[in-house]
Amino acid sequence: MFDANPAASPSARVRKVEPSSFGFQPSSVPPPAGGGGDLLEISLGPHHPSTHGVFRMNVVLDGETVVRLKPVFGYLHRNHEKLGEGTSYLGSMPYTDRLDYLNSMTNNWAYAIAVEKLAGLTVPERAEYVRVILAELTRLLNHTCLAGFLMQDCGCSGTPLMYAFRERERILDLFESLSGSRMMCNYQRFGGCRVDPTPAWLAAVAQLVDRYGPFLDEFEELLTGNEIIMARTQGVGRLPAALAVNAGVTGPMLRASGVGHDLRKVDGYGVYPRLNFRVPVGDHGDVYDRYMVRVLEMRESISLLRQALAALPGGPVLDPKAKQRGLRPKAGEAYGRIEGPKGEIGFYLVSDGTANPYRYRVRPPSFVNLTVLEDLCLGHTVADAVIILGSIDIVLGEVDR
Amino acid sequence: MTTTSVPSSESWLEVAPLQARDALLGLLPESLHWIASSVLAIAVLVGAFGLMFAYLTLAERKLLGRIQNRPGPNRTGWAGLLQPFADAVKALTKEDIVPRDADKVLHALAPVSLVALSLIGLAVIPFGRHLVAIELDAAVLYFFAAGAATELSIFMAGWASRNKYSLLAAMRALAQLISYEVPLLLSVVPVVLVAGTLSTTAIVAAQGGWAAGFWPHWHVLTPWGFSAFCLFMIAALAESNRSPFDLPEAESELIAGHLTEYSGFKYALFFMAEYFGMAALSAMAVTLFLGGWQAPLGWLEVLPSYVWFAAKLLALLAGFIWIRATFPRLRIDQLTRLAWKFLVPMALLNLANAAFWSLTAGWSGPLQAVRWAVSLAAVVVPFLLLSRSLFSGLGPRVYRYAPS
Amino acid sequence: MIGKGLLQGLAVTARNLVGSYHDPDRYTTIEYPEVKPALPEAYRNFPFLVAEKAEDPLGTLRCVACQICEKECPPQCIYIVMDRDEKGKARMKPKVFDIDTSVCMSCQICVEVCPFDAIKMDQVFEIATDERFNALLLHRDQLAKTNTYFHQIHPTEAAEVDARLAAEKKAAEEKAKAAAAAKAASAKPAPAAPANPTPPPAPAP
Repeated sequence: MFDANPAASPSARVRKVEPSSFGFQPSSVPPPAGGGGDLLEISLGPHHPSTHGVFRMNVVLDGETVVRLKPVFGYLHRNHEKLGEGTSYLGSMPYTDRLDYLNSMTNNWAYAIAVEKLAGLTVPERAEYVRVILAELTRLLNHTCLAGFLMQDCGCSGTPLMYAFRERERILDLFESLSGSRMMCNYQRFGGCRVDPTPAWLAAVAQLVDRYGPFLDEFEELLTGNEIIMARTQGVGRLPAALAVNAGVTGPMLRASGVGHDLRKVDGYGVYPRLNFRVPVGDHGDVYDRYMVRVLEMRESISLLRQALAALPGGPVLDPKAKQRGLRPKAGEAYGRIEGPKGEIGFYLVSDGTANPYRYRVRPPSFVNLTVLEDLCLGHTVADAVIILGSIDIVLGEVDR
Repeated sequence: MTTTSVPSSESWLEVAPLQARDALLGLLPESLHWIASSVLAIAVLVGAFGLMFAYLTLAERKLLGRIQNRPGPNRTGWAGLLQPFADAVKALTKEDIVPRDADKVLHALAPVSLVALSLIGLAVIPFGRHLVAIELDAAVLYFFAAGAATELSIFMAGWASRNKYSLLAAMRALAQLISYEVPLLLSVVPVVLVAGTLSTTAIVAAQGGWAAGFWPHWHVLTPWGFSAFCLFMIAALAESNRSPFDLPEAESELIAGHLTEYSGFKYALFFMAEYFGMAALSAMAVTLFLGGWQAPLGWLEVLPSYVWFAAKLLALLAGFIWIRATFPRLRIDQLTRLAWKFLVPMALLNLANAAFWSLTAGWSGPLQAVRWAVSLAAVVVPFLLLSRSLFSGLGPRVYRYAPS
Repeated sequence: MIGKGLLQGLAVTARNLVGSYHDPDRYTTIEYPEVKPALPEAYRNFPFLVAEKAEDPLGTLRCVACQICEKECPPQCIYIVMDRDEKGKARMKPKVFDIDTSVCMSCQICVEVCPFDAIKMDQVFEIATDERFNALLLHRDQLAKTNTYFHQIHPTEAAEVDARLAAEKKAAEEKAKAAAAAKAASAKPAPAAPANPTPPPAPAP
């Protein structure tokens, strides 16, 4: 939007943005029932403290009540899917780290599953267990952060967020000592994992798992029983189960609405069928349920981690015959999906037999979950819209791709 | 600082401020004493509270930091002690941006009037046995009249900025003003009723002495007084726009609310006013409920009265910071509902409770126990009933697990 | 009772306030420029080129300018030009080897695909500059670091690489010896050691 010619007249450079460029006219919104007052149109974002990145909500307000809300995104669009068509199968792996940059391990896994299906690769047993360990650590990390951010949106002065980040750091330290990078792990490979975890690393995981329960207890003591949080979140942003299913909402958001759909149970990928865990379900589908379902999922993750650590077999973590560089799967298509912390993260690949995928498509959970935002926010206040957005748990890297 | 006679029976620390003032005044001709005395009082107040403001910001950041398991500012000077001055330099050197469409006069006037209005309340607070700037018969009324005007300044700021966020903040500030002035004043009325005066010095004097030699006559140590103190502190949190009632400046919703279009020194003035307002209300709470400058025990009177006042004031301010570190923010409708459905009825019942307390002042022996029991019940029962109705429909939930 | 949750919350924050003064589990801050965090061995940052000798890093690069990493690099941040003599014959070393660290995403794929163990990940992370373009474009001479340095930052990996290279070298020598023996057996007199333009062998330090 910058003028190429700096000598252009100043009036030409100051471009007035017409409200119509928002895509809808405030006047087209029916006036509030029994109203009489004027509507106020606010652009919440893209530079706003609580939109979790560069995301914009164009809201039409009647007083403080949201009458209309239009999500605007694409500020972080990086051409991810098209880039995937020009990159080799291996070269796309580090790009998947950058989709949902909190959960690179699960993104890696979903992509690895897609390629393994496409190329018909098998994964050693040890690698399957290591993948479960890393995915559950990622789930802990994501849900802890989400709770912190949600409470920050509720107006806590950073305290729950700081506690969440304190624990997140410990998990990131583990990721760093295993994969070399804290967030952009690039760890999974086709047919296994890149590095074999050492006994010292596994001991560190066990130690973290042991301290995570007490941490969650304290975290819940601070938040779960807090009357202000109950008042702020209960009954706010109800998502009916029917709408959730119709909109394709997945993950904790769907389960908070009362649908016990978890790909770890439904698909039974990896070694999840061999492990014992329960799927918590909420009955109200409001912000509080979404928060609580995540907290309960974290408790299940702790038990899953314990089981996976105990059952971890020996052996290689990477199929030595699996080709990484110059992989040319036979022409065909494959869809690999797993239950990521935010919902169903899936990769759809079409191969034409060359070294690059013919089509590379991501099914991003944050993006699909975000589509119900307006339905959740209507009739609530601005303050609620902010926490509803927080409870959807989006990462803009994944929404915009 | 209005009395001129210096009692000789007290320790030199207690009278040192008065002697210092007299020594300074002695340098001037007699005819200027009245004005010099006032100017001196103003200078001391502004200087002391200005310095307190500076270090309160640091203390808040340090305390918040420690509560959040991080060090807080620790780079400027030893342990970060010069941080407030670095902040001041930064604020002063920043560009002062006024939006093109803003109402320039109101935009500039709002921070100034806010600071002035937050400060003038301090004039009637007795900081020590002999330390009060103005002795007014209606000091309590004066204080709250000045305090109520601060929300108008916030409305001015929000309105003049011509920003939609600021406008919402202005709206919220007015709703908050209307809702919380009532419980704030109603929670003070019992004190006035029992003490029988509107003068702050007299209210403090009424809280002197000890029952049975150890139980101070502070109002907070009676059932109605404790209830009134809690109501007052909740309303004071709302009046000074502190978390959990910082709705006008709701960072996660309205960016910075009424402060969105302010920068540099004007922004710093708002910040200053918030702390002055908080300090003034805490000082009032100390005066009304915590016995003002009275020492908690007789033998502790070796410390001068102003030290006790400062200790109580700082304790309350630390409480403000602690609450800010812990609680999330209420929504605007919940804020007003809390005021009208909980605080106002509680305060009205408490007024009756205080009347009962003052009528039964003559009871003694076993009747004293009855007096306490009745008064306690008059606090606890309405609290339980009102809070239950306020939070009806909310509560912890039980979660089920999907059948596998 | 209403208010219990609030009081509980206050207790938790108070516990953390006190705990931050005595409990290292709660107070985890490392005051960075004064105290440097211990980097895990696996930590990776930007790539560097392994050279054998400190005296002549550019002459002893393991890199043979095969350009596999250039092709595989997902963000395309590597640029290599083969060094050629006057006749246009490849010298099997890079004349230009640039890595644009403003583009590099530290994914380590160049390291994984390199068949010569010539490119490895560095651990230097204090690389901020005030120059936006040229200072972040690293050239051959800035990238070349010695194998000793590689041993310092990734001891386990470096030991593995050295062992593997030594084994390969030994196998190659034996193969050459066997080939020479075969040639000698075929009773065809020939000069013993012909000049071989294959990649310069990597001697272990």
